[in-house]
Amino acid sequence: MGMRISTLWYCIRQGFRSIRKHKLFTLASVGTMAICVFLFCIFYSIVTNVQYMVKNLENTVGVTVFFDEGISEEEIFAIGDVIEAREGVAAIEYVSAEKAWESYQKDYFAEAPELAEGFAKDNPLANSASYEIYLDDIAGQQEFVDYLKTVPGIRRVNYSEMAATGLSSVNNLVGYVSMGIILILLAVAVFLISNTIAITISVRKEEIRIMRMIGATNFLIRAPFVVEGLIIGAFGAGIPLVIVYYAYGYAVRFCITRLSILSRILVLLPVGEVFRVLIPVALGLGLGIGLFGSIFSIRKHLKA
Amino acid sequence: MIIFEHVSKTYDKATDRETKAVQDLNLKIEKGEFVFIVGNSGSGKTTLIRLLLKEIEATSGKIRVDGIEVTGMKRKMIPRYRRHLGVVFQDFRLLKDKNVYENVAFAQRVVVAPSREIRKRVPEVLAMVGLSSKYKSLPSQLSGGEQQRVAIARALVNRPEILLADEPTGNMDPGNAWQIMKLLEEINQMGTTVVVVTHSKEIVDKMKKRVITMKHGVIVTDKKESGYGNEN
Repeated sequence: MGMRISTLWYCIRQGFRSIRKHKLFTLASVGTMAICVFLFCIFYSIVTNVQYMVKNLENTVGVTVFFDEGISEEEIFAIGDVIEAREGVAAIEYVSAEKAWESYQKDYFAEAPELAEGFAKDNPLANSASYEIYLDDIAGQQEFVDYLKTVPGIRRVNYSEMAATGLSSVNNLVGYVSMGIILILLAVAVFLISNTIAITISVRKEEIRIMRMIGATNFLIRAPFVVEGLIIGAFGAGIPLVIVYYAYGYAVRFCITRLSILSRILVLLPVGEVFRVLIPVALGLGLGIGLFGSIFSIRKHLKA
Repeated sequence: MIIFEHVSKTYDKATDRETKAVQDLNLKIEKGEFVFIVGNSGSGKTTLIRLLLKEIEATSGKIRVDGIEVTGMKRKMIPRYRRHLGVVFQDFRLLKDKNVYENVAFAQRVVVAPSREIRKRVPEVLAMVGLSSKYKSLPSQLSGGEQQRVAIARALVNRPEILLADEPTGNMDPGNAWQIMKLLEEINQMGTTVVVVTHSKEIVDKMKKRVITMKHGVIVTDKKESGYGNEN
């Protein structure tokens, strides 16, 4: 075991030594890596926030169902139970005919309440009891509406087709575009790191040849390069994370203080919530690229 | 002990042309022997060394070193096997940016020897090769003979049973070359098996050791306490 630890320690020291020796190459790959991870962080922040905003909007876009004339409240409640039990239903809210009339009065007779008095005994919206139904995912709205239309007792279903298709396609588009860009960036980052490692390998060619001759294990020959890749990855991810952390915090404050008019639509997720995911993902990404890039290079240039 | 049994090595050059570097080689070198392998270039001497170092795989036949089956050895086992052998080359192969001490210590570091052992062993071998006072010098500050001494110290620091030297005096004047040979003889007298590949007729004649002569991939003579011979 003591042997193993000292071997590991040797490899880590060698990795750092190599980084110190090739400062410029290291700097270049940390830099490009940092740009990649930086862009990733930006895209991630945008995507999660767009999704968050879309989700918020979805919650305000619901489906309204009205019932056949003369149906009893018990029957309406029975239908409500059936709908509520269905998968994908986030919330269901019952609006009785009286309640509907009350809110109608408030909206249209606010300035002349005496005009509404005439209807006090005879609710003009007597058959307007309804359910407001909110779905988990607005993309499933059409299917849900089709189902509702088959339920006996339901007279009409009101919904916004536009909102459903529009919101979910914005959501998808943003997702696909950023996924594509991130994939390209990843490939570039892997390529750059593997190039840096290839340079280190060629600089140390003679040393490696001697190590082989003396009887160094493959692990001992290769591990320092993996360590080097991991160090580059860690710095390449750490630096942009710090920058984006402060920039995002600033953006959140800016939205709250300066863009308060848009505050109903432009609601940014709090810093903590975004970075709880972003920190491990970006670090994992950086270390992963470092690991993958160095292994890629070792396979190509350091055949046993 | 080194044993070659019917060993052949064929290089595939391009697609159709084949070169037989070594053909049906049978050879036995006992523990503690000092052996010269001589022959012109292309006679198969270097192939023999490379086969021993397991840098190349024999096309057919069996090689055994200290009871270890070298032919057909798994890749994973090669590093451990190589620690049985110390190797010295004509071009020294020292690390230019490391001083004498570090070059020798490097060999112990890569086999992960404990630091205490390194601090004790490196001065020991440097004293043996007569370079104690130059431990801080860089290879570029040393003569060819001195650089080869460093290479020998590095080859010996891990206490190998066998020392292989491929043209160790190729780049040296006769005086330095003779001193290196004397050093190898001393090392042999301490119990290490020494195999030297060389061109130098003068040295071989003077040393009076076992001489194996190769030509076109086969052994033509194998004589005890001999000279370079007239086969070449």
